[in-house]
Amino acid sequence: MQDQIFELQYAMDTFYFLICGALVMWMAAGFAMLEAGLVRTKNTTEILTKNVALFAIACTMYLVCGYNFMYDGGIFLSGVTTVAGMDDAAIQAVLDASNESGFGDMGEYAGASDFFFQVVFVATAMSIVSGAVAERMKLWAFLLFAVVMTGFIYPIEGGWTWGGKSVFGLYDLSYSDYAGSGIVHLAGAAAALAGVLLLGPRTGKYQESGVIKAIPGANLPLATLGTFILWMGWFGFNGGSTLKLGGIGVANEVANVFLNTNAAASGGLIAAMITARLLFGKTDLTMCLNGALAGLVAITAEPADPTPLLSTFIGAIGGIIVVFSIVALDKLKIDDPVGAISVHGTVGIFGIFAVLLSDPDATFMGQLVGMLTIFGWVFGTSLVAWMVIKTVMGIRVTAVEEEEGLDLIDCGMEAYPEFVNQ
Amino acid sequence: MKLITTIIKPFKLDDVREALSEIGIQGATVTEVKGFGRQKGHTEMYRGAEYSVDFLPKIKFEVAVKDDLLESAIEAITGAAKTGHIGDGKIFVSDLLQSIRIRTGESGDDAL
Repeated sequence: MQDQIFELQYAMDTFYFLICGALVMWMAAGFAMLEAGLVRTKNTTEILTKNVALFAIACTMYLVCGYNFMYDGGIFLSGVTTVAGMDDAAIQAVLDASNESGFGDMGEYAGASDFFFQVVFVATAMSIVSGAVAERMKLWAFLLFAVVMTGFIYPIEGGWTWGGKSVFGLYDLSYSDYAGSGIVHLAGAAAALAGVLLLGPRTGKYQESGVIKAIPGANLPLATLGTFILWMGWFGFNGGSTLKLGGIGVANEVANVFLNTNAAASGGLIAAMITARLLFGKTDLTMCLNGALAGLVAITAEPADPTPLLSTFIGAIGGIIVVFSIVALDKLKIDDPVGAISVHGTVGIFGIFAVLLSDPDATFMGQLVGMLTIFGWVFGTSLVAWMVIKTVMGIRVTAVEEEEGLDLIDCGMEAYPEFVNQ
Repeated sequence: MKLITTIIKPFKLDDVREALSEIGIQGATVTEVKGFGRQKGHTEMYRGAEYSVDFLPKIKFEVAVKDDLLESAIEAITGAAKTGHIGDGKIFVSDLLQSIRIRTGESGDDAL
């Protein structure tokens, strides 16, 4: 009888990883739609191509070597049990392990489901970069970087944090990051920042007179849809990071994670909406969208422990921060068409420290060292990677190509072929 | 024959078409255009950056008429397109040298 309950627990926890992984996969659609909506029509096909391709590259590179770097899963996933590998002996081994450890610990679940849940996080981190470098980067330069980021840069820092490995044998992190405000979001933003600094702003964005030129997005319905898709996918992102469902305490934790995630998004949107209205005199939809995402990023490092009200506030602070960060980056002439560096970087850092508001076990130093390690590693290695790619093939299209639009240059295909291009 | 080129506010298109239909004018060509006259553009805001939109969307409505219908056509268009607010548009009348119906080869007034 107990064995049957163990089988059920295995199935439930495996299923939970799979469903949450599928929800996080859906965030890739969210990013694609959000970014497609915020660039101009002439660059839409290219950014969509970047988004679908980076997802595929992330899944492949993580399979090839990333998962091994991060969790010792074996090159080409040799350490993960295949269908053929789960014979009667393997099943009995799981039951034996379950009987030994009982119901208290992590419990048993399919290794493939663990990989599946982890791989979609890699894609999310990589996807953050595509928005920041939009409208002026060569497609294949970006894809080349994606190979490096998803196969190597992210897995290494993921290994130091979630993987529990020591940092080059020098020190161990005591860093708390439930679903990855730092590990995923700050990392993505750091890689994006490195790229943007080497890339430069879009032509004409920052004029000599000091005027910042507005380059409005072509499709706000898509941008809004993308935000809602990300919001929904985030339930898998944070919810799945509980890593387990079968059990009363842990199921309650999952429920609170969903609740808090939603609350933070709501708080972020409202705060950003009000902040933008006060700053600009009009209610900027794109700031509302960025605000919701900022709220989500802010709660991601600790979505379980806060009360729903605290979660709303944490999200709200993220929403306020993101508006100011977007304006500040423009003043620093760091061109970020979708606000990715602000949403995931600036607010990612806040999210790392917001853990201290509710988690009694987290320490300021632990969070600080973790944050600096992640940022230092990702920013540094990304800068090197971008520089190498820049030397080898160049990362920026020519001025003429930028004017004509990347859709025709890189993809040979317009996104809106029957409309007049700008 | 005369060619009447009218610039009107986009939402007035159906009213103008109906008004011309009532006086017996059946064919027209419509283009979506942008333009400005004394109606100035406006400023918009995007993520903290202000920008001005000088060109406003309009509809260009072209119709060829027989000489004897010219006055009533102008009256019909004006009546239908006018709102009394700035930006109502303009009517331009030019001489039409020739017109031909492609399907039948008719020309002149018979083609209109």
